[in-house]
Parts: sequence; C-alpha cells; structure tokens
Amino acid sequence: MTDTIEQVAVAVTVNGKRVKRFVDPRTLLIHFLREEMNLTGSHIGCETSHCGACTVEMDGLSVKSCTVFAVQANDTEVNTVEGMANADGTLHALQEGFRQMHGLQCGFCTPGMLMRAKVLLAENPDPSEDEIRFGIAGNLCRCTGYQNIVKAIQYAADKLNGRAQKEAAE
Amino acid sequence: MIPGPFTYHRPSSVAEALAVLAAHGDEARPLAGGHSLIPMMKLRMATPEHLVDLGAIKELAGIRADGAEIVIGATTTQAELIKSELLAAKAPIIRETAMQIADPQIRSKGTLGGNVANGDPGNDMPAVMQCLDARYVLQSKGGERIVAARDFYQGAYFTALQEGEILVAVRIPTPAAGHGSAYEKLKRKIGDYATAAAAVILTVSGGKVASAAITLTNVGSTPLFAEEAGKLVIGTNCDAATAKKAAEAAMAITDPATDGRGTAAYRRAMAGVMTARALAKAFARAKTGA
Ligand SMILES: Cc1cc2nc3c(=O)[nH]c(=O)nc-3n(C[C@H](O)[C@H](O)[C@H](O)COP(=O)(O)OP(=O)(O)OC[C@H]3O[C@@H](n4cnc5c(N)ncnc54)[C@H](O)[C@@H]3O)c2cc1C
Ligand code: FES
Ligand code: FES
Repeated sequence: MTDTIEQVAVAVTVNGKRVKRFVDPRTLLIHFLREEMNLTGSHIGCETSHCGACTVEMDGLSVKSCTVFAVQANDTEVNTVEGMANADGTLHALQEGFRQMHGLQCGFCTPGMLMRAKVLLAENPDPSEDEIRFGIAGNLCRCTGYQNIVKAIQYAADKLNGRAQKEAAE
Repeated sequence: MIPGPFTYHRPSSVAEALAVLAAHGDEARPLAGGHSLIPMMKLRMATPEHLVDLGAIKELAGIRADGAEIVIGATTTQAELIKSELLAAKAPIIRETAMQIADPQIRSKGTLGGNVANGDPGNDMPAVMQCLDARYVLQSKGGERIVAARDFYQGAYFTALQEGEILVAVRIPTPAAGHGSAYEKLKRKIGDYATAAAAVILTVSGGKVASAAITLTNVGSTPLFAEEAGKLVIGTNCDAATAKKAAEAAMAITDPATDGRGTAAYRRAMAGVMTARALAKAFARAKTGA
C-alpha cells in the first residue's frame, strides 16, 4: 500500500517566495517547512496540538503547522518567523518587544509566540491585557511565565500605534 | 508522530466528494479542519486510506438566514462562527460556545461540521446544537436526509452518519427574539475539553420561564438532552429552589467516566453546578435582553 501512494504537488508562497514541491500527502506542514524548506524557526514542542511552538500564519490566520497537512497549504500564503524582520533588516516591533521586555529565556516557544502575536495585532491592533492573554492561550511557555510576554506584545502594540514604549520594569 | 499513508483527494463539489467516498467505502473519510482527525491519525487511532478534503468545496461554506432558520455550512470554522454578526444577533450561544473551544489556532481550522460529526463526547457544539434543536443535513450519492441533533448521537464516536455520507449543513430554527441563553463550561485549563458543561436556552414571559431547553456536554458517551430538567423550570422565575431541582434532574441523566478531569461523582456534581449557573445566566439575559 505504502509504495502506491502518489506524491502530490504543493505550491505555496512561503515568506513571499513561491515554492513548489512534490510531497507524500501525509507530510505535515511543520515537516515541510523544517525539512523541505530548511526553515527551522518553527518548532515541534508537543504531540498533542497543544503547545503552539509550531504556529505559523496561513492566509492571515494563525495555525498549528503540526496539525495541518502540507497539501492543505496548497495555494496559500504561509509566513514563518524567518520572514518576520523588517525589509531593511531591523527587528519587527514584536521581536524588539520580546528582547526589551525579557519575553524569552530558552526561546523555544518564541517563534510560535511571535507569529501568533503578529496575527493577534493584525486582528486587534490595540488589545487589552485580557485580550492578549485570551489571544495567546494556544501558546505555552515553559520558562518565563506569561507576564513578560504580555508586556512584549503591549510594547509592540504601542510602537506600531505610534506611542512611546514603556521601559522594562525590573 | 507522523500519520500513516493515505491518498489525498481535493474535490471541488459535494457531488465529486460523494463519488470518491462511494468508490472507497469505509477506507475513505472526509477531512474538514483536521483538528480531531489529524491528532487521531498521528496516534494511529485512525488510519484512513483515502482522505477527502472538504476545504475547497464552496457549497459547504457560509452562514445565512433562510426564512425562520439559520443555515450554517459544514466547513464554517469556529473562528468564523465567532465573527458572524448574524449569529451574534440571533443565536449568541453559538459564539459564546465557540470562544470556549480550544485556542485561537485550533478555532481557525476546526469546523462546525467536523465538531458535530466527530461524535466525540468532549466536543462542545453537539450539546449546543441539541439545545437549539438543530437539524443536520446529510447527503450521500442516494440523496439527502435530515436528522435532528437530538437523535444523531448513539455512543462515543458512534453517530447516525452512515458510510458515504457527508454532513453538508446545520439548520437551526432561529431562537425567539428576546430569548436568553448561556453555555457554562468547567475545564481544568484554557483550551481543555469540558469536565462538565451545560447549555441553556429559554424564553421569559411576564417574569416567568415560558420555554426552556437544557443540554449537557461530556458527562456521558453522547451529549445529553435534559428534557425533564427543562420542564421543571417552566412557569418559574428560576429561583434557587427551582435551579436546584433542575440541576438534580440534569445530574440524574448523566453517566460520566472517572478520568483525568475528575471522578464520576465529581463530574456529575459539576454537571449540576453548570446547569444551575447556565440557568441563572440565561434567565437574567432574557430579562434584560442582553
Ligand atoms: C488541543 C485541542 C483541544 C481541543 N479542544 C476542544 C474543545 O475544548 N471543545 C471542542 O468542541 N473541540 C475541541 N477540539 C476539537 C476541535 O474543535 C476540532 O476541530 C473539531 O472537533 C473537529 O472539527 P474539524 O473540522 O477539525 O474536523 P476533522 O478533524 O477534520 O474531522 C473530525 C471527524 O469528523 C468527520 N467529518 C468532518 N467533517 C465532516 C462532514 N462535513 N461530514 C461528515 N463527516 C465529517 C471526519 O471524517 C472525522 O472523522 C480540540 C482539538 C485540539 C487539537
Ligand atoms: S508542536 Fe505543539 S502544537 Fe504543534
Ligand atoms: S522561553 Fe523557553 S519555552 Fe518559552
């Protein structure tokens, strides 16, 4: 049976670049990104679709790429953390916020957090603390707790809204 | 973990999807949001040889009013349910429930059709659809049939859905203007399935309950329609004594398993607590029109 499964063509725009590959249909999007595209920023942190470390943006929505087949991403636009920095090479406001507000320790969860926060801010440019917490509920962090992650997202919202950014409270 | 191998089909019409399902019998399965099916395939608890992706079928998408009914296409995602102004205005319990399902990423993929067709007693929408007295529209190569949500569930992962059938839409009688509703869900943490949950929809006339429906999630092998509990509140003002009686009637029909979420006795008791809470909330909302 296994041998007869056909490879399927997948054409997807990843971080603005159109790519086409032939894949086994059971290939998960996370493996496609990490192994076919060498984009290893998106991580695999669980086996239960809970942790959100694999979060990417697909046609403007946040998805867990460990629970999407690459074939389901056919003809979509996928953005990963590798495509996050500004065109001139400076950090995105969220990346800056995570650094300024100490929103990361080991950093394993960070790419998924950043990608989720990016879509959250696109949907709601000025979220309250409660809305941020509700919005990142599908992203688990083992290290920092969520306080500094929330602050990092607030920092980015302030910056993107043209307001002064708060200093990291120590 | 990587799922077992399968052949992937991406039909663009229901007719095409039904033909693929008919050709492969029980080796084929529809794929909607994949957020129940893909985890099961990773664990090899499901090993379909053919997956029929419903994602490209336009006829299955969308939410619309149709006379006295609201029609929700099977592939409407939980995120779309939350965004719908029609649902927020006419049947807010759907939005309230969708917001309590898992997390934003899962809600952007998980569909109403997949949630109700799956047959997992942990899914939240089946009880809510029973509370709304929804009808499921099922299509096969042989034609169409309609099954009430209250008749659809037969056991854990065991439903009236037959081989070769696709649930195409859910039809909901539009609840009366001014009704009150609530979905109260106890869970261990955000994103978790219910330890116990209760849905209530009622109407109030002259300060008294005129009609009521109460249903329960995850305290039996199927969602439960607590018919007796609903009858007990009619003609009352949902005072504490009535709420207690209704909660006891709801608890009496539960049969929860002892699991990581608690013992059977605890989960049964929580079904009662959720029933009383949902009743109070729905009654207050009906009175204030909130
Ligand atoms: C971490 C996690 C937490 C979750 N928490 C919750 C929760 O709290 N509450 C909750 O309700 N759900 C929860 N879910 C489940 C989630 O909401 C699923 O998306 C949903 O139950 C299934 O919908 P789907 O569209 O993803 O269906 P799929 O996974 O694609 O399909 C599920 C089943 O239904 C069948 N099917 C799908 N669509 C149709 C159709 N139109 N006609 C016929 N058969 C069909 C499939 O063949 C399959 O057997 C959770 C999931 C995860 C991964
Ligand atoms: S790897 Fe944990 S949710 Fe995808
Ligand atoms: S920084 Fe280590 S998991 Fe979040």
